[in-house]
Amino acid sequence: MGSVADERALGFGGLVSELREVFDSGRTKDMEWRQSQLRGLLRLLREKEEEIFDVLREDLGKHRGESFRDEAATPLVAFPATAFVLPEPLGVVLIFSCWNLPIGLVLEPLSGALAAGNAVVVKPSELAPSTAAFLAANLPKYLDSKAVKVVEGGPQVGEMLMEQRWDKVLYTGSGRVGRQIMAKAAKNLTPVALELGSKCPCIVDWLDSNRDSQVAVNRIIGAKWGTCAGQACIAIDYLLVEEEFAPILIEMLKSTLKRFFTKPEFMARILNKKHFQRLSDLLDDPKVASSVVHGGYFDAKTLTVEPTILLNPPLDSDIMNAEIFGPLLPIITVKKVEDSIAFLKPRPKPLAIYAFTRNEKLKNRIIQETSSGSVTFNDAIVQYGLDSIPFGGVGPSGFGQYHGKYSFEMFSHKKAVLKRSLLIEFMFRYPPWDDNDSKIGMLRHVFRFNYISLFLALLGLRR
Amino acid sequence: MAAEVARELRASFAAGRTRPVEWRAAQLRALVKMIEEKEGDISAALHADLAKPHMESYLHEISLAKASCTFALKGMKSWTKPEKVPAAITTFPSTAQIVSEPLGVVLVISAWNYPFCKSMIHCSIDPVIGAIAAGNAVVLKPSEIAPATSSLFAKLLPEYVDNSCIKVVEGGVEETTALLEQKWDKIFYTGSGTVARVVMAAAAKHLTPVALELGGKCPVIVDSNVDLHVAIKRIAVGKWGCNNGQACIAPDYIITTKAFAPELVDSLKRVIERFYGEDPLQSADLSRIVNSKHFNRLTSLVEDKKVADKIVYGGQTDEKQLKIAPTVLLDVPLDTALMTAEIFGPYLPIITVEKIEESIDFINSKTKPLAAYLFTKNKKLQDDFVANVPAGGMLVNDVALHLANPHLPFGGVGESGMGSYHGKFSFDCFSHKKAVLIRGFGGEATARYPPYTTEKQKILRGLINGSFIALILALLGFPREKR
Repeated sequence: MGSVADERALGFGGLVSELREVFDSGRTKDMEWRQSQLRGLLRLLREKEEEIFDVLREDLGKHRGESFRDEAATPLVAFPATAFVLPEPLGVVLIFSCWNLPIGLVLEPLSGALAAGNAVVVKPSELAPSTAAFLAANLPKYLDSKAVKVVEGGPQVGEMLMEQRWDKVLYTGSGRVGRQIMAKAAKNLTPVALELGSKCPCIVDWLDSNRDSQVAVNRIIGAKWGTCAGQACIAIDYLLVEEEFAPILIEMLKSTLKRFFTKPEFMARILNKKHFQRLSDLLDDPKVASSVVHGGYFDAKTLTVEPTILLNPPLDSDIMNAEIFGPLLPIITVKKVEDSIAFLKPRPKPLAIYAFTRNEKLKNRIIQETSSGSVTFNDAIVQYGLDSIPFGGVGPSGFGQYHGKYSFEMFSHKKAVLKRSLLIEFMFRYPPWDDNDSKIGMLRHVFRFNYISLFLALLGLRR
Repeated sequence: MAAEVARELRASFAAGRTRPVEWRAAQLRALVKMIEEKEGDISAALHADLAKPHMESYLHEISLAKASCTFALKGMKSWTKPEKVPAAITTFPSTAQIVSEPLGVVLVISAWNYPFCKSMIHCSIDPVIGAIAAGNAVVLKPSEIAPATSSLFAKLLPEYVDNSCIKVVEGGVEETTALLEQKWDKIFYTGSGTVARVVMAAAAKHLTPVALELGGKCPVIVDSNVDLHVAIKRIAVGKWGCNNGQACIAPDYIITTKAFAPELVDSLKRVIERFYGEDPLQSADLSRIVNSKHFNRLTSLVEDKKVADKIVYGGQTDEKQLKIAPTVLLDVPLDTALMTAEIFGPYLPIITVEKIEESIDFINSKTKPLAAYLFTKNKKLQDDFVANVPAGGMLVNDVALHLANPHLPFGGVGESGMGSYHGKFSFDCFSHKKAVLIRGFGGEATARYPPYTTEKQKILRGLINGSFIALILALLGFPREKR
């Protein structure tokens, strides 16, 4: 087989059939092989940590503190301690990752796919080129390059890859591209998992104690501006706050922002000119621009946007309809905090709903009456790191879940196996069924687990 | 019409009608009542559509459907409870749970231009049961190929269940296409791979998740180390006692050794005669082929002389009655249609190999089947089979029974489909597992926030690696911020 570049020219058919051969040979099903791959991933993270920080900074201006927390430290799935008999690998799988968590979004599902015994192709996002190159250079070194391949390139390459049949495809990105991926997958009946974007709302209830409010503000800031400058699928998109509490909250946000972001490098920059322009355009609408209460400065030279807060921009504006994916935070006020639920209900189901509150009733109402990939109370983003809960969307925010054991399951088929003995036989299973009633009668007993009656019937003592 | 149906169901769902567990239980009890009270009508419809013997109707349809309802009624209470899961040191203190919530308004299509599977009622009702138990509003589109059963559904369901949330829409290609243009929160389709591709492509437009229960060539390996008579009876009833082979999990073909084949064929002949008499076409216990299109499809599979020559038993057909007798063939050439496409009928080809172990490679050279079967007492062969044959499900020493076990997930893989159901899996199929993480305001770790310093990184590193000391330091608020 030639290089990946040659493969690309030929449309990847060769790549896929080579991986199928590898998979069919049983290489990836071997438990020791899977363990060695996972150990390889751990070694990669340990040994190449500095380099990872570097490429993340190149691609995204991410501060290493943020990188460490969100990417290098994303817990890898624990490989099974005992051999599973029933779950079986799907075969050859394809993982598309997104540009904002370019390492984490590859390694997390990759570890699940390997633990499940599959052969894998990874297609990193071309919008984070340094990271893509890093993965292309290093994954083959640390992992079995016969069974794990990295294919670099842009949308065209993605399309070509999707012409092939895969045993599963995981795509992280936008709904628009998600639809295209699924439509292509339909041609080959390739099962897909889609992790898509959404507007993740954060309800902030009136918090009585100053300490609670400060903690909430810290966490909101961390979840908006401390996470890739808001360019994350689970970043807080906008706040819902009671109108009387809003001014207090805004003041606290302003002063805490000042304390946290003492140096500009503590916040990631915007990915590229296109997204920078997209964000800047959101403030074109004069009604939106006039709702800015803090920040609003865009530096096109460094592609940075200062933390910006808006108060009640019009609900039909772009900023309130498309996923922001940037450091602009609209605050929408409601009369009573419970009104937030009615606000959310008609809107597309988001990947995450956040709420800062001590009110147990409100918490329950939010869980029962809203729908989202997940709900997190009194914090944000951290749910991403918890392996015991599934991560994924619902409705427009996607389908399919992973993290922890769910990553393993995402790339497995749970094969039902039933073993029977040849000894025990019930003649009433079989035709001829002309003497209908007695056989059906006995079957009725069996289906009702009514074995005494069955026994008696067999002895001819009962119908 | 499709748009109106979708709109009405969305309104019912948004109003919260399907959420209370009492409502869900009431619907399921109503279904049980319907099945019990109308058992005769159901059997009659199945007989009209397929000449299905009353016994088969009872065994495969009525009893299974009732059992599914009962199983869901019993299980619903615990299934709808949030599942508590461990929280980690990184989010300490916190509690975590997984809450099952309904997806919303779902569409269940039972086989379209492709004969329905083993249990028409079961295949239609079981996903509906799961959808209701999970709290969704449902549209059922029964197969138009079985018109009597389809109209029975359309007539009966509204008499028993809440019509504002559970609807039956009858029709063929046109109506189904109209339904597929609507936005659903899940589509569950049973049928052929060709149509499944259409369904999935339509679903892609709305980012609707799908479950596809498709077919495949379900192989049966028969080893010589076996209680042959019992094995053959089970294979025979699994093949011809289920809609006369028109079932997604019916054995499609047998693989055995060249040496054992003659004995196997003999046993088959005897058992078929015992079950269906000397002239099976006259037996009331044999279902007919669903319609003339499929009758012709099947008979053309054996038209070719090189296939017809391989018939070793049976082969009789009655075009007027649309009946085909149980037919066994030996060593049909592998490149013929009979050996490449799913048969879905009463023809049972036998493939022979030199050594029985070769059968595993043979099966794996084809697309992954919905079910694979093995008859043997040889433990090593059993283990080999289970470990090395990918399939939706598998049975050792029996056929098809896994369908009836609500604790086993039922579904395909690869060309045989995606998604599973039965029992709790039906409930899960139509649920969203929502992760809920509940934190308090304590446990504030300033190490998370900028300004980012090396000390903070050290603490975070320790925390993430599960270091208790790091946790304590973080909880105590180290490092203190320089104000």
